[in-house]
Formats: sequence, structure tokens, C-alpha cells
Amino acid sequence: MALTLSEKILSEHAGREVRAGELVVIPVDLVLTQDGTGPLAVRQVEKMAGRKAANPAGTVMFLDHAAPSPRMELSNDHKTIREFAEAVGAVLCDIEAGVCHQVINEKYVFPGAVLVGSDSHTCTGGALGAFATGMGSTDVAVAIAFGKTWFRVPETFRVKMTGRWPAGVFSKDFILHLIGMLGADGANYIALEFAGPALSRLNQSERFTIANMAIEAGAKVGVMPTDGVTKRYLEKAGRGDRFRVLKPDAGARYARKIDVDVSKLVPMIACPHTVDNVKPVTEVAGTPIHQVFMGSCTNGRLEDLEIFTKIVAGKQRHKRTRVIVTPASRDVYKAAVKKGLVEKLIDFGASINTPGCGACVGVHGGILGNGENCLATSNRNFKGRMGNPDAGIYLGSPASAAAAALAGEIADPRRHFMAGAGV
Amino acid sequence: MPENTGRAYKFGDNVSTDLIAPGRLMHLRSNLPEMAKHVLEDADPEFPKKVKAGDFVVGGSNFGCGSSREHAPTIIKLAGVKAVLAKTFARIFFRNCINIGLPAIVCDTDGIADGDELSLDMAAGIVRNHTKAADVRFAPIPESMRKILEEGGLVAHIEKHKGLAIE
Repeated sequence: MALTLSEKILSEHAGREVRAGELVVIPVDLVLTQDGTGPLAVRQVEKMAGRKAANPAGTVMFLDHAAPSPRMELSNDHKTIREFAEAVGAVLCDIEAGVCHQVINEKYVFPGAVLVGSDSHTCTGGALGAFATGMGSTDVAVAIAFGKTWFRVPETFRVKMTGRWPAGVFSKDFILHLIGMLGADGANYIALEFAGPALSRLNQSERFTIANMAIEAGAKVGVMPTDGVTKRYLEKAGRGDRFRVLKPDAGARYARKIDVDVSKLVPMIACPHTVDNVKPVTEVAGTPIHQVFMGSCTNGRLEDLEIFTKIVAGKQRHKRTRVIVTPASRDVYKAAVKKGLVEKLIDFGASINTPGCGACVGVHGGILGNGENCLATSNRNFKGRMGNPDAGIYLGSPASAAAAALAGEIADPRRHFMAGAGV
Repeated sequence: MPENTGRAYKFGDNVSTDLIAPGRLMHLRSNLPEMAKHVLEDADPEFPKKVKAGDFVVGGSNFGCGSSREHAPTIIKLAGVKAVLAKTFARIFFRNCINIGLPAIVCDTDGIADGDELSLDMAAGIVRNHTKAADVRFAPIPESMRKILEEGGLVAHIEKHKGLAIE
């Protein structure tokens, strides 16, 4: 029978052919936790199985949501995770490592893998052809302790991307457009499966941005076929041996087929307080912006920093708009230093934070004041998300973030991509 | 009014886990009884003070969207809430509710107003609205999840069956 990508990966793990709607209990290849949800997962593992991990080498525990710790309570949570990781032999990624979703993809995720994590943006791994999904602490505790989990095999929406990418329009604009179209729960329980020539033309970094935000339409996974881009990414990461060609079967059954011609897209902004409240940038241009947050598992990679820096290099930030740049990982940070991006960003007037989730989760590293607006390259704009329920969060691409940092307000980034703009 | 009723606290669509258990309170995640004193306060500052054991949280669509933080349903449960009712739930939140033993009921909540007195008949699949003298029927929770819920959550299920026993 013809299978979707999700059915294929879950069938391999179940040892039999499974279709949408079936229940499977399957082994997991990788489990991740972070410091926001990890302490509870640790306590649940200890309740169910004692201090134990079924597959320590595939259990990766991150300290990224409050890194470095701003409070003693969180420092004690960090201790809980460090001690557990050491006791069971799990992989510990301490405060310097960066955002779990970035680092797990740089170092561990491979095509055909099943990855579960106690963080909703675990779906980022779908961009490498993995079945990667977020769960709660107790589900992840079961995966840590027993090496398996249960799933209902999801139905799939196939999203075919065609057309050429216009200058100044990025995968972030595409995924915001799609979420606006589907609605915040338009793909609840669904596997989003991406395909098409406009996807093939994207580098791996741009692909991660799309998979990362699948959850913002409610999806269980946002999965992509593998190709030469995937292969080169894995080779560069020293994991070329983990590459394999993975595609859905011709004739696979899809619950819905969606076509998007990216050549018709414009820069998009998600407005407060839901991610599906998406508008073309031209409609909200002029909205004052007090803080720009350039970072996160959505858009905190080297390629994102390059886009941002190219636009702002040699200029000064608008005096109203503070700029927080948080590289997604230590490797991203190091490469950004090596390429001279960090120096240019400092000269522009940016504050550079330690790699991690930073301002995105509202714990520390850039909490908003009452009545302030932030333009963030991250993935959520819920009320209170960035630490203050009386603030407004607008989501956009790194180019839109750069345009806002220069203008002090939301502005169309395409002006920086016109002939002679020097980008 | 019959016994075992509870007050409905009505919230809107897209109640996120950031609204239930915001990131600014992350330092309380290992002290959940303290965190429960702030449950849903960004949606309704009075809610944590007013809610009593046996009350109901009633949402619209996509209840519990966003972060996977299990602390969100856990502090709803710790506040004494008997069940969460919504037209639809976000996937991770729903699974978390079952795993911690908090009934998450998918039903038409349009006819339930803030302050209505409700009771829940899980076996019959009925939410009784005593204020409106109306019954709201709901489809049974999927078999695999009902088992986990009835056993008191996933940890209790694992302890009872010495592992996952849901196939």
C-alpha cells in the first residue's frame, strides 16, 4: 500500500504496516527534555522506574529555557536535571549549548527517526525527515524510562509549495501565511507533509523554520522528504552516514491537499495575541516597536543572523527600539563571531545574549514593559508569552525584524532587497 | 440544586498554556501548589481566588494550545477543578490531561455561561447544566485514553500494568 511519510516512519518502527487512525506502541530513537519541563519528567521517571533511562545515549537533556539561571529556584531545577543525567548516563547539554531544537538537529536527528520531546517545538526535527513531536513531561518520562511511547497514526495534509521565492520573502512568511490560512487549530492532530519545487529550493535552515511552526496550526508533526540539501547538511555536521532517501509513496492517501504558490507571497506578520492572526506587513506598517528579538529555534540560526546583519550592517538601530540577538546554539554563535557578524551587530546597537531560548519564553533575557510592542522572529505571540500580559508581540522574519529595528516601527523589509539596496 | 454541582468558569477560544501557567512563573514549576495560586490569572485575575473544589473550567475551541508544559493542566487540577470542557482541545494539552487524570471533555460549550451550575456524568456522557435545565452530550473519550484516565493517570497505569498496556 502507498504510505505517507508519517505512515512510513511509524510502520518501520511498529514492524508492520500501519495506516492513519491506528494505534501503535513503538520504540523511540531520541528523547529530549529541557529545563522547563525536565524536572517534572525526572520526578515522573523516578516514580515509575527509579533512576533509569532505557537508552541513555538517545536521551538528551537540555538547560536552555533559563540559561544561565536567573533565580535560585531555577538553579535548583537545573541541579535536578544535571544529577539525573549523570546518574543514568544521559546526554546533558548544559547552559552554554543553546536551544534544544537547534542542537538536537545539529547533532542527533536523522531521517526516519522517531523523536519525542517535552517541548512543543520538537516538531522542528521533521525538516530532516524525522517523525518528531512534542509531548508532556509524563509521556516523555515513559519514553525515557521504557524507551517507547504510543501514538495514534495521524492523517496527513500534503502542502505542495511551488513558484520562485520573491526577494525579501522567506520561509517564515510562508509558514505564517499557511497558519493564517489553516487557523491555530486547523491541523490539530494532523501530520503536515511538505513537498514541491519551492521547498527543494530552500536551504536546511529555512526548512527548520517551517517544521518548527507546524505546531502553531495544531499539527502533530511537520515532516519533509529528504534530498541533496538534507544530505549536505548531515555531511557538514559529520553525520553523512545517517542520510537516507525518504519520500512518501506515490498514491499515498491525504486527508487534504493544499497548494501554495510562493511567488505570490509577501512578508507576513502575526499580530497579537494569536499566531493565526496574520497580516501582510503593509497592513501593519507603522506600528511602533520597542524591542526586536532576533533569535529562537524558529529563526536563530546563522543564516538568519546573516540576513539580519546584511540589512543593518553599518547603520544604527532606531533609538526607540532595543535589539536583542540570541544565537540559537553555541555553534551558531561561534560561526557568527568567526564571520564578523557579532561585531557588526554590536556596532548596530544590539545586545547579544547567551545561546538559548532567551526572551521568547518570558523567563528572562528581554521581558517587555507594559504597553510595549516587540517584533520577534520566534514562534508565539500569545498574551503573556514574553513575560508580560500587557505587551504586544508581532512575529515576522529576520528581514522584517531588521526593517523594524531600523525604522522603530513595523516596516516592509522588501525595500532592503531592491536593486541598489546593497543586500 | 442537586449535590455534586460546580460553577462554570467560562473562557474564550485559544486559551494557551502561557495564559494558564505563564513563563514568568517558571520558577514555581517545582512548587506546583504555589503555582496553582496563579492558575489562569492572566485570563481572569479573580479566578484563582474564586475557584472552589468541584468547579469547571469551560473554554471554546483549541483550549490549551501552545507549550507542552504539563504544569498547565496540573495546576488546574490542583485548584480543585473537576473537569475542563471545550469544543476542541489542542493535542498535547488533551493528552496531558488524561495522563494526569483530569477529565478533558469535548462538547458544545456555546450554551454554557459563566456562573452556570454544572454536574458531570462520565458514564452517561452528559454534562448537566442545572442553571439552564439543559443536558450537553459528549462523545466518549477514546478507549485507550479512558483506561488511563480511569486508572488515575499514566503513572498509575504504568504502575498497575508494569508498563504501557493500551493496545
